[in-house]
Amino acid sequence: MTTGPGAPPEAIVRAEGLTKTHHGDRAPVHAVRGVDLTVRRGEFVAVTGPSGAGKSTLLHLVGGLERPDAGRLWIDGERVDGHGEARWAVLRRRSVGIVFQFFNLVSHLTVADNVELPALLAGATPRAARASRAELLAELGLHGRENALPGALSGGEQQRVALARALVNQPALLLADEPAGSLDSKGTRDVLRLLARFHARGQTILMVTHDARMASAADRVISFFDGRVADDAVLGDPAPARPGVSGVLDLKD
Amino acid sequence: MRQQLLALLTRGPAHGYELKQGLEQLLGSAYPQPNVGQVYVTLGRLEKSGLIEGEDVEQAGRPNKRIYRLTDAGREAVAAWFEDTSEEPRVRDGFFMKLALAPLSGLADPITLINRQRRQHLNTMRSLSRLAAGEDRDNKIAHLLIEGAMLHLQADLDWLERCQEELE
Repeated sequence: MTTGPGAPPEAIVRAEGLTKTHHGDRAPVHAVRGVDLTVRRGEFVAVTGPSGAGKSTLLHLVGGLERPDAGRLWIDGERVDGHGEARWAVLRRRSVGIVFQFFNLVSHLTVADNVELPALLAGATPRAARASRAELLAELGLHGRENALPGALSGGEQQRVALARALVNQPALLLADEPAGSLDSKGTRDVLRLLARFHARGQTILMVTHDARMASAADRVISFFDGRVADDAVLGDPAPARPGVSGVLDLKD
Repeated sequence: MRQQLLALLTRGPAHGYELKQGLEQLLGSAYPQPNVGQVYVTLGRLEKSGLIEGEDVEQAGRPNKRIYRLTDAGREAVAAWFEDTSEEPRVRDGFFMKLALAPLSGLADPITLINRQRRQHLNTMRSLSRLAAGEDRDNKIAHLLIEGAMLHLQADLDWLERCQEELE
């Protein structure tokens, strides 16, 4: 792939014909049905859709938390759909950070250890891990909370710790699965502001959300229905929407 | 704008430009600014209907300005306005009619209509987020205005999702 001037930014995620069917007690659920998806470096892409549309399964496939039944997948240029668990673990540590709706922090480790652990596992020296952790926690407004256990933090704080943990190895891709799904409106605003800030610095983000306020922070919104991409819209068109903002804000007597 | 101007005048007499500024300060930059001509026209009508009365005040070297005060009838009108509950917002009926009539016309695909409408809502939502980010943090009223618009849009987007589920 060329990267000279004028060349399109390379794909961090490329999926072709990604397919996943869940087999439970009932009839098989076709969660993801032959999806093609490209996320380019530096893009912030949101996937929205009703619950049960398969959008979380799509994110899990891209993060290697589930394996596709069919289709091909590249992460940062590397073909990964044939990877087993061990190779995915390495890839996630190095290149893919993930935040979940329910934070998934290690409950018996301090905030500091939760953030440093993935850095250490990826081969950082303890000193470098501490330095990255300190920088991220300060940035996320968690200075002074290093020695707290996750259970002592509010939901919004826990999600910020999870964000620090996901970003500590400077991954090529940040995946976010309903990152504000269990937060109050202040927590939601904080997460949104932080995602926008990291995105502005070049972080590539793929986020699943049912919240349009969250989705509208992205550059692109993919509407996911019934296991398929129903629409893929670039936001921020220069053409003003009609009646747009002044219309929705207009107060009548 | 009638009710807003009347309510502002409960604070005390003011001239047109002060009222315009009062509205802007209260509602923040998000609110589509009323133009000053519109304010003067409305004040003229309110005066004619006896809800306010104006008095010209001389200014050195400048045209007179007209100071308005509420009449008793005006004060009653404001009280009645506060007493009354407000109407519910309406479903986007223009869009809904298109959606309802598209299949029988054969000229438009409902899903295409939904997708287009969703794009517009999302872009508007994005503009609202920007407005909120740029608004004075301490202006609670302005933030509530923007948040209200966002929650209405969210509801419309949820409804579009329902339409898509049913019509696909």
